[in-house]
Amino acid sequence: MAASSKKWVLGVIVLAVLVPLLQPVFPDVVSNYRLFLISTMIIAAIAVLGLNLLTGFNGQFSLGHGAFYAVGAYTAAILMDKLNVPYWATIPAAAIVCFIVGYLFGLPALKLEGHYLALATFALALAVPQILKYKWLEGLTGGVQGIVLMKPEVPFGLPLSEDQWLYYFCLLVMIVLFWGAANMLNSRSGRAMMAIRDQYMAADTMGIDTALYKTVTFGISAAYTGIAGALSACAIAFVAPDSFGIFLSIKFLIGLVVGGIGSLFGSVLGGIFYVLVDNSAQSLTQFIRNDLGLPFDLSAYTVFGVLLIAIIYLMPMGIAGGLYMAYRKLRGARA
Amino acid sequence: MEQFLQQIASGLANGAIYACVALALVMIYVSTDHINFAQGEMAMFSAYISWQLMDWGMSFWVAFILTVLISFAMGVLIERLILRPLHNAPVLSIIVVFIGLLAIFNSMAGAFWSYLIKEFPSPFPKADFGIAGVIGPHQLGVVLVTLIVLGLLFVFFRYTPLGLAMRAAAQNPQMARLVGVRVDWMLALGWGLAASVGAVAGIMVAHIVYLEPNMMGGILLYAFASALVGGISNPAGAVAGGFIVGILENMVAYAGNQIEKATGIYIIGNGEKLTVALIIVIFVLTVKPAGLFGRVVVKRV
Repeated sequence: MAASSKKWVLGVIVLAVLVPLLQPVFPDVVSNYRLFLISTMIIAAIAVLGLNLLTGFNGQFSLGHGAFYAVGAYTAAILMDKLNVPYWATIPAAAIVCFIVGYLFGLPALKLEGHYLALATFALALAVPQILKYKWLEGLTGGVQGIVLMKPEVPFGLPLSEDQWLYYFCLLVMIVLFWGAANMLNSRSGRAMMAIRDQYMAADTMGIDTALYKTVTFGISAAYTGIAGALSACAIAFVAPDSFGIFLSIKFLIGLVVGGIGSLFGSVLGGIFYVLVDNSAQSLTQFIRNDLGLPFDLSAYTVFGVLLIAIIYLMPMGIAGGLYMAYRKLRGARA
Repeated sequence: MEQFLQQIASGLANGAIYACVALALVMIYVSTDHINFAQGEMAMFSAYISWQLMDWGMSFWVAFILTVLISFAMGVLIERLILRPLHNAPVLSIIVVFIGLLAIFNSMAGAFWSYLIKEFPSPFPKADFGIAGVIGPHQLGVVLVTLIVLGLLFVFFRYTPLGLAMRAAAQNPQMARLVGVRVDWMLALGWGLAASVGAVAGIMVAHIVYLEPNMMGGILLYAFASALVGGISNPAGAVAGGFIVGILENMVAYAGNQIEKATGIYIIGNGEKLTVALIIVIFVLTVKPAGLFGRVVVKRV
């Protein structure tokens, strides 16, 4: 990473740490609800990063990352609910469980390419809610009702509200995970991952153990998304099967495509983006009904769908890629 | 025994629906190498269109035929406007566009007609037939309609010049172009036909699963399983796969039911239908990707 972008990242982190401290100064702008919303964006960014590691950096498709998010969320919820494990300890546990699940799913995925892998993961995404409702798992998963949890408590008697603490916790996890991902991608292993994406045959010939790298990448990717799932279980304090359907996976895909395929920064943008659209759909509907007088209930997914197609046409590298191109143009560098 | 036969009969009826959707998938796959993830939502949207037409006072079969025509136009338009420009785009772009279409159709149906479940009429008489108790009138009707549609398609592709041109365009686009077939338009027509066949499936199934924007999710998954079992490159195989998977689905649930009755242990039932489909999909993809009747693809390295 270049020195200038390191400065940028540090600056953003410092800003992010300062945000909750502004709450007493601007109580209306930095409300608890807004902080919670930013926490959700952070969680989304981690989930999108997980998908990006697989698709953007390793070239394997997944339309079913919601499944790993669900496994992470349920691992965390069951540990907290049944074994009284503290919430922070469920994060590494979810990572390990999801790594194993992802690695195992990566094995059959080795035989699948392109459309077929997309098809298999799409099938997985469709089946997830049913698997979670499976009768034998009901004792653990709580069946259709799901599991109700407690919100994380503020530790060490820190003078923070619950939402503020949640925000810092998510931020910390995100910084660690993005730092880890950046370092991994910058290493020999990361280059191997990308070599497999760009030229599978050549990578194989050069002696890269493509099968190992692909399955391990699947595992790591699942672990990242699983951690996001565990965080969401902590944040929302509730898990239920029907919140992990196909549309969750579609949201991750939105984050990936809109933010930028193969860009760490893009994952953050993508996460922020899909949470924003998801949350403003309601006011958009009200605007359409009341101000335009049209009898539609415009859902976020119409926006998502149109954007997905539009981005493929106009900005195939997503917002991050578009910004980068604009930056280079401004600097007058040769593209 | 009667229960067993009932299960087979309802498996056949479901299978007919899967066969239609699977055939639509295969028609697009054979000519463009794309797997249309939005096929189910397109069929759902068609079912809503026919509901709307009936709501405006049309009779079932008039609405049916109009819907099939509208769906045909819809399919052609989607191919021409959205997919044609992405002719040489990478696989991921195509998949993303399909997912985008899926999201649009699903949410538009919800926006126009709300997410409330609607009753969908059956055009077949309520009266029982001679084989009463085993197969209901709607189920029998579904199988018949499907067979008629499949027969028409077969005749079209086998015996008409246009059908021949479409097959040529799918099999060998360059050669077809050389002998004067307008390959681009053949692909668009293929899309239109696929959308029409999907529409038939959507209208037929809406009575069984009730009309709602998410009604096709599970059916699409089963259609994928059917297409894969039959061999995704073989239209006739996809139809056979549809019936096989339809019966298999009910047999699995039936067997699970019997086991539970005999031993009191619940293993599998109606609640696991999608999981069964997922297992079929992954099993076929990893163990026998060509399916039962498909062509084995050998890649030159």
